[in-house]
Amino acid sequence: MTLTSLDKEIIKALQQDLPQTLNPYETLAQQLHLSEEALLEKVRLFQEKGLLRRLGAVVRHHQVGYTHNVMVVWQVPEHLITATGHHMAARPEISHCYQRPTRPNWPFNLFTMIHGTSEAACLDFVQELAAETGIQHYQLLTSLRELKKTSMRYFCESPAATE
Amino acid sequence: MNAIQDPIDQQLLNLIQRDFPVASRPYQVLGDALGISESQAFQRVNRLRETGVIRRLGGVFDSRKLGYVSTLCAVSVPDHLIPQAAALINPLPGVTHHYQRDHAYNLWFTLIAPSDAKLSETLEQLEKDLRVQADAGSLLNLPACQTFKIKVQFQL
Repeated sequence: MTLTSLDKEIIKALQQDLPQTLNPYETLAQQLHLSEEALLEKVRLFQEKGLLRRLGAVVRHHQVGYTHNVMVVWQVPEHLITATGHHMAARPEISHCYQRPTRPNWPFNLFTMIHGTSEAACLDFVQELAAETGIQHYQLLTSLRELKKTSMRYFCESPAATE
Repeated sequence: MNAIQDPIDQQLLNLIQRDFPVASRPYQVLGDALGISESQAFQRVNRLRETGVIRRLGGVFDSRKLGYVSTLCAVSVPDHLIPQAAALINPLPGVTHHYQRDHAYNLWFTLIAPSDAKLSETLEQLEKDLRVQADAGSLLNLPACQTFKIKVQFQL
């Protein structure tokens, strides 16, 4: 869908924190000089069209028990990539699964983000996946430090505010 | 200290991670679903926001459907120059996630830009700056060619 400048204003507002009021959409609508009903309709339209993937709480994984995560990259034969990708994506321990291009010094083409309640649980799971899929060439890239984590601010000229 | 206090907190988080109600009185809807009052639902959500369990309550948009492009990049930087590299990478508004990882490619970050041209331009400049100021090797640019899953909610 083509986005109007009003649409963009609404998207900018929705990517912030919802106002901490009992009727947050009304509060937001007032800031945008809209009726609450018009705003609610737009939100539903954005959801329907898939522009708005989700409206809800972004939680800190560390605070909800998923203390460990590891990025695992797999070297999957080209003809198996779609089947392997779907197989892995079906597992609840995996939050993200993408095919990415290989490069001369980078042979891995399937990327997975794996979450668990302990390091051992993550490692066990990776071995289980390798056995199930038969993909034996993979690497684990443990995160040592978070250097930045924010939500994207779309349609903002000025630099994104960090959270 | 665990900021999630009881099973109602858990159910509440499971609900609002997926869908915060799009309704005039959303806390009334949540309260009805959980068998608590509107004001109790409101207070619980506010507490979870204030204690930081909820990082943000708002919209997560599909960057592609908004006309944006994104990629995952990796670069190899000597450990002692990581602060210099981070000082170049982190201020870019399109960098949303950046981690140091246990690998020869030790810095990994995602970049979102309003167009392919802008993305390439940003990466070209960044690669130069990283080489000069942080002794970095060449940048791995790995845009997704197929998305099998993006899940941003966790069953509690």
